[in-house]
Amino acid sequence: MTAPTLTRARADARHRPLLASRSRAVLGAVAQRLLGAAAVLLGAATVAFVALQLIPGDPVTVMLGPGNPATPQLRARIRAEYGLDHPVAQQYLHYLGRLLHGDLGESYQLQQPVAHVIAGQLWPTVQLAVLAMGFALVLALTAAVTTAGRRRAARAAVQLAELLSVSSPPYWIGIVLLTLFSFHWRLFPVAGADGFAALVLPALTLALPLAGVLGQVLREGLETALGQPFAVTARARGLSDTAVRLRHALRHATTALVTLTGWLTGSLLGGAVLVEAVFARPGIGALTLQATTNKDMPLVVGVVLLSASVFVVISTLVDLLYLLIDPRLRRG
Amino acid sequence: MSPVDREVRATTGPAPLAAAAADAALPAGSGSAPGTCPASESGPEPEAPSTAGAAVDPAPLTGTALPAVAASASGAGAALRALARRAGGPGGLLAFAVLLLLVLVAAWPGLFTSAQPDISDPVHAFLAPSTAHPFGTDQLGRDILARVLYGARLSLLLGAGSTVLSVAAGSVLGLLAGIGGRWADQALMRLADVLFALPPILLALLTVAVLGSGTSNVMLAIAVAFAPGYARLVRGETLVVRRSGYVEAAVGLGLPRPLLVVRHVLPNALGPVLVLATVGFGSALITASGLSFLGLGPQPPAPEWGTMLSEGRNNLANAWWTAVFPGVAITVTVLAVGAVGRRAQARFTRRTAR
Repeated sequence: MTAPTLTRARADARHRPLLASRSRAVLGAVAQRLLGAAAVLLGAATVAFVALQLIPGDPVTVMLGPGNPATPQLRARIRAEYGLDHPVAQQYLHYLGRLLHGDLGESYQLQQPVAHVIAGQLWPTVQLAVLAMGFALVLALTAAVTTAGRRRAARAAVQLAELLSVSSPPYWIGIVLLTLFSFHWRLFPVAGADGFAALVLPALTLALPLAGVLGQVLREGLETALGQPFAVTARARGLSDTAVRLRHALRHATTALVTLTGWLTGSLLGGAVLVEAVFARPGIGALTLQATTNKDMPLVVGVVLLSASVFVVISTLVDLLYLLIDPRLRRG
Repeated sequence: MSPVDREVRATTGPAPLAAAAADAALPAGSGSAPGTCPASESGPEPEAPSTAGAAVDPAPLTGTALPAVAASASGAGAALRALARRAGGPGGLLAFAVLLLLVLVAAWPGLFTSAQPDISDPVHAFLAPSTAHPFGTDQLGRDILARVLYGARLSLLLGAGSTVLSVAAGSVLGLLAGIGGRWADQALMRLADVLFALPPILLALLTVAVLGSGTSNVMLAIAVAFAPGYARLVRGETLVVRRSGYVEAAVGLGLPRPLLVVRHVLPNALGPVLVLATVGFGSALITASGLSFLGLGPQPPAPEWGTMLSEGRNNLANAWWTAVFPGVAITVTVLAVGAVGRRAQARFTRRTAR
């Protein structure tokens, strides 16, 4: 009856049919993505199962560890307990069932449930990965926004730095940073995981190659966007160069950035293996290396499944995020 | 389009044959208009390789380098300029020169240093870089320059070996997916999706955990890690080549399927893959040396860049040079190969776009 209600009603009427078709299209896209994610996870579990089957030698002997004499009765009991006396297909289904309950098996080396071992080492690696991603994004955004489309020495220097950072082995970047900042200038601790100071260099090591890739892609996206008619129009409206870059071009360039960031976040766990080795930090990476050297397959497979899950969750989120960033996709 | 459909079309009329003829004429056409440089300027040398390499593009790049070097005896300046133009400017020329130097070092390291890589001299341990030891000495007094030079063979072999293995495995799987029918295609590509969900280094570690450590197992591990990428590319190329006129014509002529794949599909699908492999060599080298760094590859006395870095990591407090120069070698190699690869890629896309 009052004006605001009327306005709202009119707005509703204008939006309702559109919203309905739009949300149906969005729901369909979401369902499709979730189904695909589930398929990849099932595939990862299958790869994990196959890898577990590939361990050379008798799994019971491997489980018992070297030089551990076992009576045939004990062996038979272990076989029965782990379902090793069943046909492979049944073992596979059993394995999937256990995975669904969060049971990743038991580490041969540590004699503890894999899920426990991984959970215990997760926090240092999460800290490292999050800070590294933050560093990488800040570095790439700063470098790309300030140098895109400009012909200056700064642009060439930044491009060279990006090229170097993607062409160098990440662990070597860590070694160089250690040499300079820890041993030469004594600004950061050499190793360990206590406090923020010990986290800076490892995170930077993990971040630099990512920043190189992100920076290259972002600049290319920005330069394309800056040449588009909408950028020219924005300039003609009297917007400053910085405003055009930040408010218009950046939004267009971020779509590629978001995909890539999602993909790179999945790869952080791989990088963590090397970075944690260089800086002698505890974490999932160090755990993975230790498990690999000891042929502790359940643990290695557990980390692989964790990594696949992280990747699937993040790439699904990224796809959904697209609907937020790019209104054109919402029209179904 | 199903194979039957294709056979019917190939036998019912002259149209597919005309298409095949047009297809066959295409490489010759692209060869007679060499790239962006006018024919008068490019001289006699680029002509032959560019026609020969129309299907498999990296050939002109590596192929012209040698004839042009040979020609430099007669007209050094002109040949060098032509070479620089083909290599894509002075940067490209530098990349080629570095690459050539690396191959020479890997083949004959003794030509570049008189020091031995594996003779320890504890009295002269941890000497800083000097004229006698340009890169310094390590914890056993071994000359680091010599170790870096002698290490080129093992490190490049590791990178090249794993690249060749991953390209081979990827090509076989990609071909199977591309020509093997819907089920094989679906199964293989879903597997590739799963492997793509894992960081290469983690896949490599999984493989090493199954196979055990060591140089050849590291190569296999890198192959497992990078094969899915090549498989996906080969599959895509195969699908394109499958529908092309000359394959239809070959099917129409009754060529047996295996022969068809080996003689027509594979060579034409392989071009972009070889270009990608040049770029991918860098990632393979970095990952392989990373596994060595983690102690899973060649074992310590062997001079390998990643292994050297892992030893040098422990000496950072007093001898930075032990861990810096092997890394420089890796970076320089990756930069040079990457520059050459990107140029090959740019040339290839330019040529196929036309």
